[in-house]
Amino acid sequence: MSRKKILEVKDLETSFFTDDGRIAAVDHISFSVEEGEILAIVGESGCGKSVTSLSIMGLVPSPPGKITAGEILLDGQNLATLSEKEMRQIRGKDVAMIFQEPMTSLNPLFTIGNQMMEAIQIHNKTWTKKQAKERAIEMMKLVGLPRAEELFKEYPHQLSGGMRQRVMIAMALVCDPKVLIADEPTTALDVTIQAQILKLMKDLNIRLQTAVLLITHDLGVVAETCERVIVMYAGQIVEQAPVQEIFKNPQHPYTKGLIQSVPDMRYKKDALYSIPGNVPKPGSIQKGCRFAPRCEYAFPRCSEENPELYSKTKAHTARCFLLDSENEVVLHAEMGGQVNGERIAES
Amino acid sequence: MLHYIGKRLLHLIPVLLGMTFIVFLIIRAIPGDPAQVILGQQATAEAVAALRDKLGLNNPWYIQYFDYLKGILTGDLGESLRTRQGIVTEVWPYLAATFELAIFAMIIAVIVGMNAGIVSAWFQNSWFDYIAMVIALIGVSIPIFWLGLMEQWIFSVKLGWLPTSGREEVRDPVSAITHLYLIDTLMQGRFDQFVVTLKHLILPGIALATIPTAIIARMTRASMLEVMRSDFVRTARAKGQKMFVVIYKHALKNALIPVLTIVGLQTGMLLGGAILTETIFSWPGIGRYIYEAIGYRDYPVIQSGILIVAFLFIMINLIVDILYTVIDSRIKYN
Repeated sequence: MSRKKILEVKDLETSFFTDDGRIAAVDHISFSVEEGEILAIVGESGCGKSVTSLSIMGLVPSPPGKITAGEILLDGQNLATLSEKEMRQIRGKDVAMIFQEPMTSLNPLFTIGNQMMEAIQIHNKTWTKKQAKERAIEMMKLVGLPRAEELFKEYPHQLSGGMRQRVMIAMALVCDPKVLIADEPTTALDVTIQAQILKLMKDLNIRLQTAVLLITHDLGVVAETCERVIVMYAGQIVEQAPVQEIFKNPQHPYTKGLIQSVPDMRYKKDALYSIPGNVPKPGSIQKGCRFAPRCEYAFPRCSEENPELYSKTKAHTARCFLLDSENEVVLHAEMGGQVNGERIAES
Repeated sequence: MLHYIGKRLLHLIPVLLGMTFIVFLIIRAIPGDPAQVILGQQATAEAVAALRDKLGLNNPWYIQYFDYLKGILTGDLGESLRTRQGIVTEVWPYLAATFELAIFAMIIAVIVGMNAGIVSAWFQNSWFDYIAMVIALIGVSIPIFWLGLMEQWIFSVKLGWLPTSGREEVRDPVSAITHLYLIDTLMQGRFDQFVVTLKHLILPGIALATIPTAIIARMTRASMLEVMRSDFVRTARAKGQKMFVVIYKHALKNALIPVLTIVGLQTGMLLGGAILTETIFSWPGIGRYIYEAIGYRDYPVIQSGILIVAFLFIMINLIVDILYTVIDSRIKYN
């Protein structure tokens, strides 16, 4: 049941040119989003998730940021080489984006209606005001906003956070984009609203068949909504797998750590697990595996070479020498066989 | 809203009352006698005393003050000691001259200053930004009398493009209706005089606009830079909006409040009469009117002139406060 790849990111590198030299915030990553799929990108703050999404939108602040290598293919068209003018035709129409902070993502000085209509009229210049308004209200109803006609005339500050995020979603989907990028769409919302917004996004994904690229640091969100997961660390993809696989059988020690640090209501623990150390600062990256300094499974080879992505199964890859068949024998001897997720199983 | 405006107008009363009192005392502290000034150095002591009596200057100061207040309350701003004319009728031509010049200067300042600020913020750290901000820095620090003289020297004396001073051609004076000459000439269909009036406005207008332009440019730039980092600017771009529209629609409206405050204050200051500019360009405005009155110790003119200027200043700030609510619906006065 292979679906068409609607968005393909190939070997993407986005760098920032600073006084301290060139820093690759996104370091040669490749992935694809299929039609109608929800793909999650997970990782801690500073691992390159947002830069990846901004690169796709062509909204990396420039200067100092720039896409320095790779391709972003949307339905076969390479977005990385488009001019700003050409990119404007794509933004909002073929790829739309919603952001983390619904409180500040809407312009406080224009009505909801004005901002909804703007999104429509930019890409449908021949539409009359009446048509645009009808479409806006239809979309606002679709995302479950009550009394859409009245909200149309209201200002963002008159709406709650959840309602504003619904407006953002309505605004993003109003031109029927092929891909919706949602950058931490629920982070700023409280838990009950989070659940509603996620349910809405999933419903819309099924109804409208819009592919969704969900950027998040919340594994709970991932478990609820996605089909496939990409785990990013320090600008690289470290693991990629279907969602059940990731939770049942994580391969990369970083993924294991992330899963372990999710609080579990069923077991009372003394203290919640946390991965020791911090994400390396961009620019301070040493040779070897980027996670090695924080990894409890690290062995000498890890600080010498950067591992490639090894396949566990066809759909499941991880950037870790533990998956390299050459290492298996050595490792079992060194670590007493505690490799493939046994520690996780213990806890 | 009306309630708020009413309240603000009520607040005007103690402010203006306090101001009249302070001005009244201060100008009487200036050495010199109006009667002596009017009659000249050669006048006899008797003549001076008689004139003082006639002008009511021999009454105790508090009687003089209350007489003055009584006049104001009935709409009478007193009469000039020098010309014996009612100030209410005498002041308008001067005020109109100042209005015309100040509004002309503010239009230049707002258009040039805001656009320079916006483009500087848009292309932050570009050569345009650097040059514009250096010019703005020069603009705020340049002595206006020097700039005025340089303008006259270059554009009037050397190039002969523009008149050096005054409001009108002496040989072909504008027949005043409103005393706002740009309007008067248009009302009379005298387009030739309209152009002449406009030419007279350019040099003093630029001199007067220099400081406000520079301040507005710097303020707009700072405010825009802050707003352009906002999430909603990114949202607008993510919709596929043109950068020009993002900047001039989404960002500018949000950056406008501090700029509007500055525009209000600067307008108030210009209406207060730009004595230097008006003197250099022989502009018959309110600043010069009051300045000359000080020379003649013309107490009622000084008092009432300052009262008018203060009143205008407060009214402009009230208008600015009301404009805030037009820009930002979140601002509400109760």
